Amino acid sequence: MLQGLAFYLLATVAVVSALLVVTARNPVHSVLWLILTFFSAAGLFVLLSAEFLAMLLVVVYVGAVAVLFLFVVMMLDVDFVKLREGYARYLPLAGIVAGVLLAEMIMVSISVVQGGAARDAASPVPAGPDVTNIETIGRVLYTDYVYFFQAAGVVLLIAMIGAIVLTLRHRPGVHRQDLAAQANRERAKAVEVKSVTTGQGVTPEELL
Amino acid sequence: MDISLQHYLAVAAMLFTIGVFGIFVNRKNVIIILMSVEMILLAVNINFVAFSTHLNDVSGQLMAMFVLTVGAAEAAVGLAILVTFFRNRGDIAVDDASVMKG
Repeated sequence: MLQGLAFYLLATVAVVSALLVVTARNPVHSVLWLILTFFSAAGLFVLLSAEFLAMLLVVVYVGAVAVLFLFVVMMLDVDFVKLREGYARYLPLAGIVAGVLLAEMIMVSISVVQGGAARDAASPVPAGPDVTNIETIGRVLYTDYVYFFQAAGVVLLIAMIGAIVLTLRHRPGVHRQDLAAQANRERAKAVEVKSVTTGQGVTPEELL
Repeated sequence: MDISLQHYLAVAAMLFTIGVFGIFVNRKNVIIILMSVEMILLAVNINFVAFSTHLNDVSGQLMAMFVLTVGAAEAAVGLAILVTFFRNRGDIAVDDASVMKG
């Protein structure tokens, strides 16, 4: 009973906030609705007794990706009203495509469920008293899926390098510390002894 | 109120559809398109986890984890491309992207 209530609440919040993501006028609001969508989806994962993935979703998506989106939206000085041109023009086509897609997917889901994809094991994963969800994942991840795990690390490394290479830019005229030049600086290069006649002084131009 | 596999599949189907809808209606705004792609990946993840639970097989959750990894990488690179695009053109209207040159 309580689980059903929680499911309907989380599912409704997820779908409504997902709709608001794509219809909000202000992209900052879109990002905030996206955060709510991910949060509700994390709740659904908890209901499915996938607690580790739920926490991962909150940490990775709400904590990192959504904040990245927020940074980019706020950093770029873009006229977002202009970008909404053609919204009404594409609406009918988008509605038709989305409707057909939804009908197809629900039909496929019903036929899969009735056809017996989940018939053999209709009961959810029993929450064992000694084996937690994260322990189960760890046992499989570091044995059967260890190469996939390594590949995921490589994907993240390449993404990191790619993002840095894409956004790094060398501005001319910015002073940077050059350790080699600093260490190789000698007295002869740094100091110049001038013989100044008494009472005349030195003008700044002579010094440079 | 017994929540079965169909319920989760229906939610995932709706999220996926909303993601596709978002890509269609916001054709000019790359940021919303990237968010829609993230939502589509989330729908796929819900499917993975729902089947994983109902089939008593933890592999689905691992696949969802890998999808999460690739999604995070995609978001990072996509936003980096977006920032570079904005620097070069001063705008992020993607329907002008066909005139982009090396």
